[in-house]
Amino acid sequence: MVELGWWGVPIGVVGGAIRVSTPFLFVSLGECITERSGRINLGLEGILVMGAMSGYAASYASGNPWVGVLAAGGAGLLLGLLHGLACNLPRVNDIAVGIGLMLFGTGLAFFLGKPYVQPKAPTLPAIPLGAWSGSPQIQAALQVNPLFLIGLALALLLTWAFRNTRWGLVVRMVGDSSDAARAMGYAVPRVRTLSTALGGLLAGVGGSFLSLYYPGSWSEGLSSGQGLMAVALVIFARWNPIQCFYAALLFGGAGALGPALQSVGVTSGYYLFNAAPYVVTLGIMIATCSPRRTLAGAPGELSINR
Amino acid sequence: MASDRSGQWRHAAEALVIPVAALAAAMIVFGIFMAALGQNPLEIYTLIYKGAFASAFSWQNTLSRAAPLILTALCVALPAQAGLMVIGGEGSVVLGGLAAAIVGHLLSGAAPAGVKVAMIFGGMLVGGLWIALAGALRQYRGVNETISSLLLTYVAVALFNHFVEGPLRDPSSLNKPSTANIGDANMLGNLPGLDIHWGLAFGVVFCLAMHVLVRYTTYGFALRIVGGNPRAARLAGLPVGALVLTACLLGGAAAGLAGAVEVAAVHGSANASLIAGYGYAGILVAFIARQNPIAIVPVAVLVGGLSASGGMLQRRLDLPDATVLVLQGIAFMLILGSEALYGRLKTFRAETA
Repeated sequence: MVELGWWGVPIGVVGGAIRVSTPFLFVSLGECITERSGRINLGLEGILVMGAMSGYAASYASGNPWVGVLAAGGAGLLLGLLHGLACNLPRVNDIAVGIGLMLFGTGLAFFLGKPYVQPKAPTLPAIPLGAWSGSPQIQAALQVNPLFLIGLALALLLTWAFRNTRWGLVVRMVGDSSDAARAMGYAVPRVRTLSTALGGLLAGVGGSFLSLYYPGSWSEGLSSGQGLMAVALVIFARWNPIQCFYAALLFGGAGALGPALQSVGVTSGYYLFNAAPYVVTLGIMIATCSPRRTLAGAPGELSINR
Repeated sequence: MASDRSGQWRHAAEALVIPVAALAAAMIVFGIFMAALGQNPLEIYTLIYKGAFASAFSWQNTLSRAAPLILTALCVALPAQAGLMVIGGEGSVVLGGLAAAIVGHLLSGAAPAGVKVAMIFGGMLVGGLWIALAGALRQYRGVNETISSLLLTYVAVALFNHFVEGPLRDPSSLNKPSTANIGDANMLGNLPGLDIHWGLAFGVVFCLAMHVLVRYTTYGFALRIVGGNPRAARLAGLPVGALVLTACLLGGAAAGLAGAVEVAAVHGSANASLIAGYGYAGILVAFIARQNPIAIVPVAVLVGGLSASGGMLQRRLDLPDATVLVLQGIAFMLILGSEALYGRLKTFRAETA
């Protein structure tokens, strides 16, 4: 075996980033679509946990993990639709409904998921991209999950679609100026509801990664708040899908830095690295905001910009 | 004059009937859900009532759970008077608790009464400054306070974990990393004659004081002008920055107090039990109470009662303890959605003729 020493740190971080970032990637892409349409969904945490539970349950029942991924997406779609429809009502606050959805989704998942804590469901396969290397650490770091690649493809597709398709332009217009969209004859609430539902679908799929790949089982402590972090991620990524991909890697890598440093003997202070992405996001917000100007690149209709 | 009075009554009745009706609807939806799973909804509701409100023991459990929610809800409701939407109460809870644990440990030799006061004010100060930071970023840099307070929560939790598992860790806490114990003499203890800690009294008094402050003082009036129309407030010469910052400071102090009480009355040291989602539950309590400090108390008691009854359902019907979370979730969603009904129901509309 090749001794890696301090080289283990960057390799551990890269491996950790690839392993951990997939749920971040899916929730942030979902939140990106929702926020681009001018609405914010803080309930993705609940959707993520519900997706993890229903994905695991469906995989267990059907014996096929991909059925689980589909079920997770379906559950996410329904909860996203619920958020979208509730926020269409007058005077209903999207932030409060989001927090409510977070509690509802996690509660429902814990309730329905109780029978699935023990049984072992089939999980998603890994693609060994590191097979060329003799070092087991590099091999372990480059075990890539198909969902990670799907997420990357989705990020590229969404970046392209926001710029070049009619659908993308409509979502952006609704998010930047509902008056303009209404003048063009588009139904603003409907576009937002569909965008929120689509965002929920992606968050649900992100949840299925947690239960079907890494850590790869269902338990109540499965999510460590990835769904709520999506909001920070999207700001960090400036509402740009491909930058969501980089941001997800960075957030994942920051989380993996602690354990990687621990493996080479640095045991103190690594909790502070967990805070790094948030400090940087806050720094970006402080640097680009001013009392007269809102965040650059943010959709104009977003409630957090007014 | 007479029609004014009747208008007020209509508003009050509307603010009571709509959420109660939404709660009833939630109970029906939850009942159908449980019936579909083969449970008897009536039996479940009887047990929830028993677990939450039927005996002195269940009341004590309910009120102990309501206490932190009252305080974290104030962390949302006070900045809301100034038009700010703060969702970072969790960060203040965690740091307020940590501050109380540090103060309690540093002063552990001093007179217990002094230590208790110092712990409480330490927690309130740190919690208040944490939310005031979000308020200041909003006021002077235009950074959205909803997002910044959420981000600050993660920073607070990371700081908390760093100190509790690193420099401040008590070496004897093996399985559950904790700070050094503040000592039994310094614990706040319970309200006289009850098995409920002092947090409940602090919460109720805090709510009453804030109600008076917001409704009956010049400060509160100015604060509500800022919340209603910041531009008009500035043109009227009101010190908008100071008003926003004090509202955030007071709200954060309430959440910090919740954390300090958890440490000084329940756990005796700062550990991961402090990160229990009180801050997030408080957001919902504040919204259901429609940011009214007085309404926060009954809403928090109701939410506390629901969580208190989880154990009863688990023991008697072998249901998962998350059952009450489902009911809570449905109730929250419906009550928040019922906001759309205000001003729409004919019964509550004043005659315009």
